[in-house]
This record gives sequence, structure tokens and C-alpha cells, in this order.
Amino acid sequence: MTAALVVGLLVAGGVFLLLRRGLLRIVLGFVLLGHAVNVLLVSAGGMQRRGAPLLGETEADVAADPLPQAFVLTAVVITFGITVYMLALARAGDPGATTGHPPARADASSPADGSDRDDPDRDDADRDDATADRGRRTDAPEGGTS
Amino acid sequence: MTGGLLVLPVAGPLLLSGLLALVHHLRPHTTRLDRVVGPAAAGGVLVFAGFLLAATSDGSVPVLQLGGWQPGIAIVFAADTFSAVMLAVTSLLVLVSLPFAAALGEDEDPAFVPLVLVLMAGVSGAVLTADLFNLFVFIEVMLVPSYLLFAAGGGAERLASARLYVSISLMASTILLAGVGLVYGAAGTVNLGELAGAGAQSPAVGLAAAVVLLALCVKSAVVPLHGWLPQTYSRTGPAVAALFSGLLTKVGVYAVIRLYSVVYEGAPRYLWVVMAAALLTMVIGVLGAVGEHAMRPVLTFHMVSQIGYVFVGLALSTAAGLSATVFFLVQYVLVKTALLMCAGVVEHHYGTGDLDRLGGLARREPLLAGTFAVAALTLAGIPPLSGFVAKLGLASAAASAGQHLAVALVVGVSLLTLLSMVKLWNGVFWEPPAEEQGAVEQGVDGGAPAAVTSVLGSRVRPLVLAPPVFLAAAAVVLGLWAEPLLSISTAAGAGLADPSAWVAAVTGR
Repeated sequence: MTAALVVGLLVAGGVFLLLRRGLLRIVLGFVLLGHAVNVLLVSAGGMQRRGAPLLGETEADVAADPLPQAFVLTAVVITFGITVYMLALARAGDPGATTGHPPARADASSPADGSDRDDPDRDDADRDDATADRGRRTDAPEGGTS
Repeated sequence: MTGGLLVLPVAGPLLLSGLLALVHHLRPHTTRLDRVVGPAAAGGVLVFAGFLLAATSDGSVPVLQLGGWQPGIAIVFAADTFSAVMLAVTSLLVLVSLPFAAALGEDEDPAFVPLVLVLMAGVSGAVLTADLFNLFVFIEVMLVPSYLLFAAGGGAERLASARLYVSISLMASTILLAGVGLVYGAAGTVNLGELAGAGAQSPAVGLAAAVVLLALCVKSAVVPLHGWLPQTYSRTGPAVAALFSGLLTKVGVYAVIRLYSVVYEGAPRYLWVVMAAALLTMVIGVLGAVGEHAMRPVLTFHMVSQIGYVFVGLALSTAAGLSATVFFLVQYVLVKTALLMCAGVVEHHYGTGDLDRLGGLARREPLLAGTFAVAALTLAGIPPLSGFVAKLGLASAAASAGQHLAVALVVGVSLLTLLSMVKLWNGVFWEPPAEEQGAVEQGVDGGAPAAVTSVLGSRVRPLVLAPPVFLAAAAVVLGLWAEPLLSISTAAGAGLADPSAWVAAVTGR
């Protein structure tokens, strides 16, 4: 029950953030969704048995299922890598700073492009992640590959 | 063939990729080595796939329980004819696309070939694995290099569509992972052999596997989850788009077909969903193409439409339907890549794929025009080319299953496909260049030259055209001499319609 509530809450937060303008919010939404799925995976192995799954040390009926934990470990690594790459993309393709016209900011974040109500909001988000080092903007693919 | 060798198509490219990256790190500017190692690795996988096709032709299924764990616990690699033919096609595409990328200069980024090798390893793993979680991992192994390749060397527009592409892919991956978790929670295993038939018997497993299928449908761009594909594939590099069109969505298609035929055992109860999705995808894809006015957007909408064709055979879930699906998939991957390469050559050489600004290329570039014509007619399904054999197979399988609406749409959508192809042919190759028609609308935005053909002196080098010519020739050969591929696809379709041999090999029982 707790797990279900946690998953529901995380998914709700994640979806809310995904539907906002701005890539930073989308990335944060994906982080929340990733956590939700991880909790889901762990709970798929059963929430009752929580002993360390070590042969000869824990009884089989109290040992936790190790397989979902391995799944989560794998998934965390993958999600982390892609999150970093998305942040790099957000920096590299910061619209307005390089081109002055953001055709795909609208594509990426919201189908309703040009909604004035959200503009100050979005500018805020841009400033948040862009003020720190506006000078040394790096190329995303290069940064991601090495 | 022993099953132990099944790791080779995954481990080989991964290892070579790492070594190449190391070499680049130690001594930069050695693209010549890349141009040897990349195609060599792809060729190696192709040869391996050929042996695998021979080994699986008698219906045997080489299998590998990784790490020597017992069946049921181990991650399993298994190859039947369907896996082998997919492995062959994908490695052939990499083999052809790498020289194409080199000819267009897209492989100058030192990471290009290593990334393509990782991509190929992911694709190989995805078509060989018999474990649901492992499938997720290999799809990620395939997607992560695709994110980097997609954005490589791009300007603002490409980076913007890269953000769309990564977001959509990550969303689909998250749903896929959630689906895998739900399957594990409902069935207690993610081994596809153990899951055989579970989707049809237990509603909980069926629902959980449906979440996985939903995510895979996003990856294979099935309507209504197709919107991302035309927006992204038409904005990345030409060679990368050709490579992706043959590999990425096709892995999604492969996984949907495999999962539906194993986990649901082709359950007739849900087939109407697949059929509805297939027909909608066919029609909406082709109608979307009608509204586009540049080469690659038209072609990417046709990708969506053709994926609908592939799923028609799956929705019939008969041996004939699945065989037709396999045949269609193989020939379509080759032809679509040829078309995208032609479009890529035009865009690369003439700077645009816009139908208004191109024209008269048939006289300037007879080889390119001929290649495009052959590939386009194949896509539309004109005899005697391979597209005709494939569509005939699909239509006759649908007719014998009593799906008359599907037959009608298979034929009708072909006509609309032909219409789009004629539009491209006229706009790019046939009509006189725009300025001869006195078209002045283009001059409005800043006096840009109306017809690009009048400014550029040189023609496309024949070497650049070798890959698309090869693929178009394959389309002709597969049409005139379809028997070998037909017998392979019949074997693959039989293996999908009755997956008991595959399941027995995977579970070790």
C-alpha cells in the first residue's frame, strides 16, 4: 500500500513536471518518473520479505528477492546517464542565446506554443540553469561521448 | 552451431568500439582506421548471421544460458530464423550505411564509428535475447548512442529535435521499464520462455505485457504514437537518418512481433487491437505524407505507413501472415534506407530537400534518379520489384483470413504511396528547375536563389551513390528472385506462429 502511494505520488509529480515548459523541468520530471518506476520494480519483488538475500545466512522465506534489486541498479545507472545527457542538451541548445528563435522548445515541451502566460515562467527556468556559466557553453555530443 | 557463439554479435562490436575509442584517445585524427574497422565489424556480424540462418533453417534454435546458470535463472540468448534474418538485415544496413556516412563526411567526428558499433551491439542483443529485462537493457544500449549520433554536429534546429527525440525515447523507456516491473510482479519471471502463453491465460500478465507493448509501439512509431518520428528523423544528418530508419524502429517492431507471438501466443482475443492499430498506422502515415513538401518529411511519414503494413501480418497471426510480415519487413528496410539515402544525397549536395527549390535532376543525375525511381516504385509495390511480392503476400494472407478491409487498405494505401512517390519524382527529378517555370515566390525571403541546381556546378560523385544503388539493386533482385527470401520468411513465420520450438529451447525443457 505504501509503495503504491509512493509510486502514485511520484508519477503524478513527474507527469506534472513533464507537461511544463522548459527542458529543465522535463528532466526533473523524468527523474521523478524514474524513481517511481524503481519503487515499482522493488515492490514487484514483494514487500514483505526484506532480509538480505544471502545463501546460508538468511532463511529463504524472509530473504528479499534479489532480481528486482538488480533491475533497479541497472535502471538507475541508465536513467542517470540519460539525465546527464539531457542536461547537456539543455545547455547546448539553449534557445535564444545562440539563435534567437526557438522552434523546437515548443516541440519539446508543449504543443501549445506561444502561450504568453508561461513566458515569464520559462525565462525564469532558462535563467536558473543558464546564468552560472553562460560563457563556457560546450558542445553536447562531444561532452556526452568522452 | 553451438549456442555459445551467440554472444559474438554483441560482444564483438562492443569490444571493437572500446578499442577504437582507445585508439582515438591515444592518437587523434585516425579516421582511416575507423573506415576499415566499422565495416569489418558489420561484415563480421553479417557473416555470422548468414551462418545462423543456415543453422536455424532446419528449425533448430541455438541457445545460450549466459553465465552457465540453470535454465529459468540465466539470461538467455536464443536465435530462431526470425532473429537470424533480423540480424542479417541490420548488420547489412550498418555495412552499407558506414561507407555512405563516410562519403557524406558525417563520420568525421571521432566518436561516430564507435557509437555506431555500440548501436549495432544493442540491436544484435535486442534481437537475440529471450529475456524481457535484458531486452530493455539492449534497447537502451541501442538508444544511448543514437541520442549522441542524432545531435552530432548539429545546429540549433537539430539540437532542438534531439531534445524532442531524447524526451520521447526516455518516456517510452520509462514506460517499458514499468511494464517489465509489472510483468515481474504479475508472473514472477521475465524469461520470455517461461512467459509463453501467460499473456493469453492470465489477465494480469496480459495487462502488464500490454504496457510493455505500448512502450514498444512508441519506439516503432505506431499511430497514434507516431508524431515524433517525422519531426525528428527528417532533421538529423542524412546518413544517421538512413541508419536509424533501418535499425531503431525496426527493433521496436521486432520486439512487438516477438512478444505478441510468444507471450500472447497470438491470442485472437486481442487481435482486433493490433489490426486497428495497423490499419490506422497505414492510412494516417500515408495521408500525412500527402501534406508534406520536402523529400525527407514525405519519406519519414511513409515509414509510419509501412510500419502499419508490417503489423497487418502480425494482426492476422497466421503462419502466412507472419511470413508475409517478415518478408515485408526485410525488403522494406532495404528500400526505405535506399530512399532516405537518395534524399540525403540530394540534401547534402544541393543543400535542400524542398520540392519547390529542386527540379530537373533527372537530366543532371541520371544514376541518382534511376536509383530513386526503382526504390520508390518498390515502396509503392509495383511488379516485378520486391515490394510487390511483399504486398501480394500480405494481401493474400489477409484475404485468406477473411480480413477484406485489410486487403482493400493494403491496395489503396499502395496507390497513395505511389502518388507521394510521383510527387517526389516530379518535384525533384522531372519538372524543370524552378526558375525556368518563372517561379518567384521563393525570392520573397531575402532573394534566396529559387533553384539550387542553377548555382551548383559539380555533380554527385558516383561513389556516394554506391550504397543506395546497391540497396535498390537488392530490391530488384529480391523481386525477380524472391524464392530464397520467401523460404526464409516462411520458416520465420512458421516459427512465430508456433513458437514452441523457441520456447522449449529457451526454457531448456
